[in-house]
Amino acid sequence: MSVISKAVVTVIGFDRKGIIARVSNVLYEAGINILEISQTIVDGFFNMVMIVDLSEPTCSFDELQDDLNRLGAEVGVQIRIQKNEIFEAMHQI
Amino acid sequence: MIQMDQIFQTLRMIDQEKLDVRTITMGISLFNCVCDDSRRLAARVYSRIIRQAENLVKVGEELEREFGVLIVNKRISVTPISLITGAISDPLPIARALDKAAHETGVDFIGGYSALVQKGMTEADRRLILSIPQALSETELLCSSVNVASTRAGIDMDAIRLCGESIKSLAEKTKDKDGLGCAKLVIFANAVEDNPFMAGAFHGPGEGDCAVSVGVSGPGVVKRALEAVRGEPFDVVAETIKKTAFRVTRVGQLVAMEASKRLNVPFGIVDLSLAPTPAVGDSVAHILEEMGLEKCGTHGSTAALALLNDAVKKGGVMATSRVGGLSGAFIPLSEDIGMIEAAACGALTLDKLEAMTCVCSVGLDMIALPGDTSAATISAIIADEASIGVINNKTTAVRVIPAPGKKVGDYVEFGGLLGHAPIIPVHPFSSEAFIARGGHIPAPLHSLRN
Repeated sequence: MSVISKAVVTVIGFDRKGIIARVSNVLYEAGINILEISQTIVDGFFNMVMIVDLSEPTCSFDELQDDLNRLGAEVGVQIRIQKNEIFEAMHQI
Repeated sequence: MIQMDQIFQTLRMIDQEKLDVRTITMGISLFNCVCDDSRRLAARVYSRIIRQAENLVKVGEELEREFGVLIVNKRISVTPISLITGAISDPLPIARALDKAAHETGVDFIGGYSALVQKGMTEADRRLILSIPQALSETELLCSSVNVASTRAGIDMDAIRLCGESIKSLAEKTKDKDGLGCAKLVIFANAVEDNPFMAGAFHGPGEGDCAVSVGVSGPGVVKRALEAVRGEPFDVVAETIKKTAFRVTRVGQLVAMEASKRLNVPFGIVDLSLAPTPAVGDSVAHILEEMGLEKCGTHGSTAALALLNDAVKKGGVMATSRVGGLSGAFIPLSEDIGMIEAAACGALTLDKLEAMTCVCSVGLDMIALPGDTSAATISAIIADEASIGVINNKTTAVRVIPAPGKKVGDYVEFGGLLGHAPIIPVHPFSSEAFIARGGHIPAPLHSLRN
């Protein structure tokens, strides 16, 4: 099943310029393709979910997670990457 | 495809409602270590555990990072030690080897310094029970349990008397920490062989060489789900709990399968449990209060807990391929902020807790008693609890802490997941002559099922 190689990236925090660009750049550098993006801003609060394809990464999951954490700290938002299986397990039979 | 709202629901459960996997527990059989030389046995036990569990913590942490869900504890359970120490005179070197192995592998606890004596005690069983106070006071991560009764075998009153004395002695030996040693000792009736939860975990003699099991948690998630159906009839409450338990358990199943694959060890079971912590928003008592009780412990609490316990199982059972362990709602006192509050204001008493243990997953758990509670009274509490288990065909347990020097109204602080608790009163009337009888309470008629 192809789901094995998917992950969900969530970004939550106050809106500012360039969040999507910078997150996308980290993913691009890691050889990761973005499959889907959804984003909302409510009262200046930024919410973004990306479904990404992890099948051809150029770095390990841990390294990618560290890079995203670093970027999150720099930009002042919370960025998380989680393997897709946890969401599928909880919401699909 | 996963919907956005489902993703945010999962994140909310993890961030705000404290959804976690309470433990990954690796069960390890020690039968292949058996020998009649104490030093060699200790060395074999140590190296067997180190070899088998060397990657347990690493894999647990990997899974935490990849799935973004906290795995609070990584633990090891082993074959009941009295079963492998029949040919040596002193089980204490094995206790030290187990503790050392736990430190070396980086796990949070190791369980299985245990004896199964429901029908009678061997010399090895007796030596082990007598050594428990010393073993638990000089080790840090070791947990111990004794099974003193079963529906098939009845109740071993001699063992219960010994256990009451061991608990008192253990409290005394750890009095500088309010008797904390007693938090690592559970006395069971109908103990299960694949329980991943401490302090009562051991790897039963009917288990294979090694297995990895998972205990889930999530009282906060259930509480939040019930907030959305306030005032609705109980049918709706039960359905809501079932759906929530299903989701929580699916996380446990996922983690268990993945851990089993990466550790190259068979998957044991998922324990469908609601295990509280002392943190706000992680309380089983607050779920009962959400059902409409002013305070946990008041009239209606037993019914509310019965519904909760049953619905958790019904919801969870379809979410996993193999259910086991204790599976249900735990009601430890010091580890649940709602229980602590209820006991402190007098709503929750020892007698009401005993009634609630008829319908919860285990028994009287993490209850701090006055320091002058006698060994006979503790044994009598164990006998009461064991009889509930034996007659009702369920697991029951007693984990009480007679805190030295403390009296009713004082508090004890255990720290971490073990929490803190007000000392609650026991009955002042003696059970001395009752416990002094010893012997065996026969198995009930319904044990004859063949």
